[in-house]
Amino acid sequence: MIENATMTGQELFDYKIENDLKIEPKDWMPEKYRMHLQRQMSQHAHSEIIGMQPEGNWILRAPSLRAKVILLAKVQDEAGHGQYLYSAAETLGKTRDEFIEELQSGKAKYSSIFNYPTLSWADMGAVGWLVDGAAIVNQVSLQRTSYGPYARAMVKICKEESFHQRQGYEIMAHMARGTAEQKEMAQDALNRFWWPSIMMFGPHDGDSPRTGNAMMWKIKRETNDDLRQQFIDKTVAQAELIGLTIPDPDLKWNEERGSYDFGAMDWDHFWDVVNGNGPCNKQRIEHHVKAHKDGSWVRKAANAYAEKNG
Amino acid sequence: MIENDNLIHYLFRLGDNSLILGQRLAEWCSKGPTLEEDVALTNISLDNFGQARMIFSHLAEIENNGKTEDDYAFKRNEREFYNALIVERPNGHFGDTIARSFLFDAFQYHFYKELAKSNNEFLAALAAKSVKEVQYHVRHSGEWVVRLGDGTEESKEKIQESIDDLWEYTGDMFVTDTKIDELVKAGIAPDYKLIKENWTKTVEEVFYRATLKKPEDGYMQNGSLDGRHSEFLGHLLGDMQYLQRAYPDAEW
Repeated sequence: MIENATMTGQELFDYKIENDLKIEPKDWMPEKYRMHLQRQMSQHAHSEIIGMQPEGNWILRAPSLRAKVILLAKVQDEAGHGQYLYSAAETLGKTRDEFIEELQSGKAKYSSIFNYPTLSWADMGAVGWLVDGAAIVNQVSLQRTSYGPYARAMVKICKEESFHQRQGYEIMAHMARGTAEQKEMAQDALNRFWWPSIMMFGPHDGDSPRTGNAMMWKIKRETNDDLRQQFIDKTVAQAELIGLTIPDPDLKWNEERGSYDFGAMDWDHFWDVVNGNGPCNKQRIEHHVKAHKDGSWVRKAANAYAEKNG
Repeated sequence: MIENDNLIHYLFRLGDNSLILGQRLAEWCSKGPTLEEDVALTNISLDNFGQARMIFSHLAEIENNGKTEDDYAFKRNEREFYNALIVERPNGHFGDTIARSFLFDAFQYHFYKELAKSNNEFLAALAAKSVKEVQYHVRHSGEWVVRLGDGTEESKEKIQESIDDLWEYTGDMFVTDTKIDELVKAGIAPDYKLIKENWTKTVEEVFYRATLKKPEDGYMQNGSLDGRHSEFLGHLLGDMQYLQRAYPDAEW
């Protein structure tokens, strides 16, 4: 590439975006681009961290040793993803501590899906299969995002997420062919997680105010509705294969579009949950704040020790 | 055949130590003082579950009664568990967990080091594999004892209190019974006096670096080899065994 010495920062930025070159931390970037990424990447990191809680809820009660170590390792991967993502977001000029403060004060959001409770072991299947499944569709697309550190973090994370999704599906499949009670738990988990999962992709394109800039800057490579459709199209067949029913009476294959048509999503409910009224919003943040406070003396001690012993 | 009974008893002791500590450490998931520490504690939990699975699978082979590793973990009652009392102690605050881990990890490290010389093929292999893991565990918990001991005034006070509180449970790690004594004689189990000596050295070294006091040996709680535990164990099992107990016909 020819980096002309007379190009302004803006021109170079535009050139890189247009030519699908990555923006790197030291490059000049529009302030709004930086802020958009800080918001999106920290939200992504927070989602990994808060997402540890609903699954952590079943580690102690996992029904076999094998299931227990798989779940524990998975939740640990999420902590690791949170670490990469905070590090990647820190390249934009804010510290992890600042991001965490924004999470705890409610200024920063995390994926609303984690504001639902996990009520049975089948939910470990549903979360892996649907929630990680939806996350993968989004994250695969983000591997091509224009900000270099974010794109590279996504490549690393996608490899692990596809494992998680298979593990979740395995739990669902196993329960769906188990006892009547297990099958009921599996169907119930699907019923509760289906709609929140497909709403994870965010509002319809027309109602998504930030999509325009994000697409222009190639932070986002595909729209919410396109990603949602991809997810639905691949998930319906997976549900059929294990004998579970997607809880949407309007779901129907559309020959012409080569895709499934599906029913209307309840966006009023979605915004209620985003705005703090989901079943677990308070619990999730309180848990995070408590752990952070409880650990404060430990972090102080570690710092004091490091200072003394340089 | 008697030797087999002794070995079975011993495998329960070993497997339960790892299983119960693994379960306790898993309670830290999403509650660590830092993200890095969350991952470290659950890593150690995973190692412990790995060891427990290896031991229970072997137990199933020896008993040859159609049981699986999960039957041992999920279908025994409180009085049928033989883990050392210290591993079932509640997590408390981070210092309590670190003190419990350090006192046990130091034991486990010297124990596996000696067990690696066992003339029982399985135990020697288990120990050779596990000692590498436990070497990391004891380094991790030991370094934290040092950091907390030599950190702030508050942390020093806290970790000293945690150690003082746990001390009465340390004797039980080294207790043997006639079954284990026979295994020691047969060269299958290691010499617990030697392990105690080595453990004491490690503990003294770390406490010295941490500027902490080693508590005086007073009354030592015991009973775990006879399946007598604290009230805490039943609650831990209540959580752990819930699904297997509630749905006995289900496979997971």
